[in-house]
Amino acid sequence: MTAQVFTVTSGKGGVGKTTAVANLATALAMDGKRVVCIDGDIGLRNLDVVMGLENRIVYDIVDVIEGRCKLKQAMIRDKHYPEMYLIPAAQTRDKNAVSPSDMVRICNDLKPDADFIIIDSPAGIERGFRNAIAAADRVLVVTNPEVSAVRDADRVVGILEAEEKSNPALIINRLNPALVKNNDMLSAEDVLDLLGIRLIGIVPEDENVIIGSNRGTPIVTDAKSRAGMAFRNIARRLQGDDVPFMDLAPQSGLWNAIQRLAGRK
Amino acid sequence: MDFFTRKRSASSAKERLQLVLVHDRTDLTPGQLESLKDDLLKAISQYIEIDPDAVRIELEKDGRSQRLVADIPLKSSSRHRAG
Ligand SMILES: Nc1ncnc2c1ncn2[C@@H]1O[C@H](COP(=O)(O)OP(=O)(O)OP(=O)(O)O)[C@@H](O)[C@H]1O
Ligand SMILES: [Mg+2]
Repeated sequence: MTAQVFTVTSGKGGVGKTTAVANLATALAMDGKRVVCIDGDIGLRNLDVVMGLENRIVYDIVDVIEGRCKLKQAMIRDKHYPEMYLIPAAQTRDKNAVSPSDMVRICNDLKPDADFIIIDSPAGIERGFRNAIAAADRVLVVTNPEVSAVRDADRVVGILEAEEKSNPALIINRLNPALVKNNDMLSAEDVLDLLGIRLIGIVPEDENVIIGSNRGTPIVTDAKSRAGMAFRNIARRLQGDDVPFMDLAPQSGLWNAIQRLAGRK
Repeated sequence: MDFFTRKRSASSAKERLQLVLVHDRTDLTPGQLESLKDDLLKAISQYIEIDPDAVRIELEKDGRSQRLVADIPLKSSSRHRAG
C-alpha cells in the first residue's frame, strides 16, 4: 500500500484551503486512516494553529530539506488522532528554500507508511504553488461562489491542464443557501458550469468553522455542524465512496423550530 | 438603483464571468478579438460580398475548451456580381 497525495490549492487567497486541509485530514483520521498533512505555505505558516498543534513544533520542512533533522523528527503527532501528523512550514522569508523535487522526495519517503498525504498550497501561482502541486496525484481546487475566486480558480485549472495535472476536483466553499435562493450568489451549478471540472463537495458558510479554528479543533469533529458534515462527506469521496450531495436548501425558522421540538437539533 | 426592477446580482456575476473566462483562457483581450474580426472580414470580402452588419463572430465556451464561431451571411447577389 502506498499513500495517495492530494494537494489543496485555489489561486485566490483566503478562500478556505487551510480550513479544508485541516478538516479533510481530521475526517480521514476519524475514519481510521493514516494521514500526513504538509503545510506548503512557506513564510505564512498557518495549518499548525488551525489544527491546534502550534506548541509542539520543533523542526519544520526546511529543516528536513537542509538536513538539520530527520523527516520523522519534523512530523508532529496530532493530540487526538495518533495516526495523523503535520509537517509544518518554515517561517523563513526565503521562498526558494523548497523546490518541487524536494516535495516529491519527501512525499515518496512518506508514502509507504501513510494512506493519505494532504498538502496545503499557498495562494497564487508562483513557486509555492508549483511546489505544492509537484507531488500531487490529485489536485483539489477550492473556490468561493464569488467572481474573483471563480476567475482565479479557472486560471489555476488552466495551469494544471498545461502541467498535465489533469482531472482536478472542485470544492465550493462558503456557499450561502439563502443568498443563492435570492439569486444574489452564484449557485453551485453556475460555478460548475463556468469552470467545467468535476465537483467533489459543497461546503456551506458556517460560523462554527471560525469557532473551530479559534479552538484549534477542526469542525469535522462537531457532529452537528453543516460544514463539518460537508467535509466528512468529501473525505469519504476521497476514499472512493459514492456519497450523495447534501441538501443545502435554506432552512426556514419554522422548520428549525420543528426539528428542535422533535429533538433532532 | 431601482431596487425592485434591478436584475439579481447572481445573473450578472455569471454573465460577466462567462466573458472574462473566455478571454482569460484564450489570452485574447476584447480589443484583440475586435481586430481579429476585422481582419477576418477583410480577408473574406476579397472573395465574396458579405454584409458586415449581419456578421457574428464570437468566442464560445464548450466545457473547458473554446471555439471561435463565425456566422457570416452572404449577400444573395454575390455570385452574379462576382461572376
Ligand atoms: N465554510 C466556511 N464558513 C465560514 N468561514 C469559513 C469557511 N471556510 C473558511 N472560513 C474562514 O475563512 C477564513 C480563511 O480561511 P483559510 O485560512 O482556510 O483560507 P486559505 O485559503 O487557507 O487562506 P490563505 O490563502 O491565506 O492561505 C478563515 O477565517 C476561515 O475560518
Ligand atoms: Mg492557508
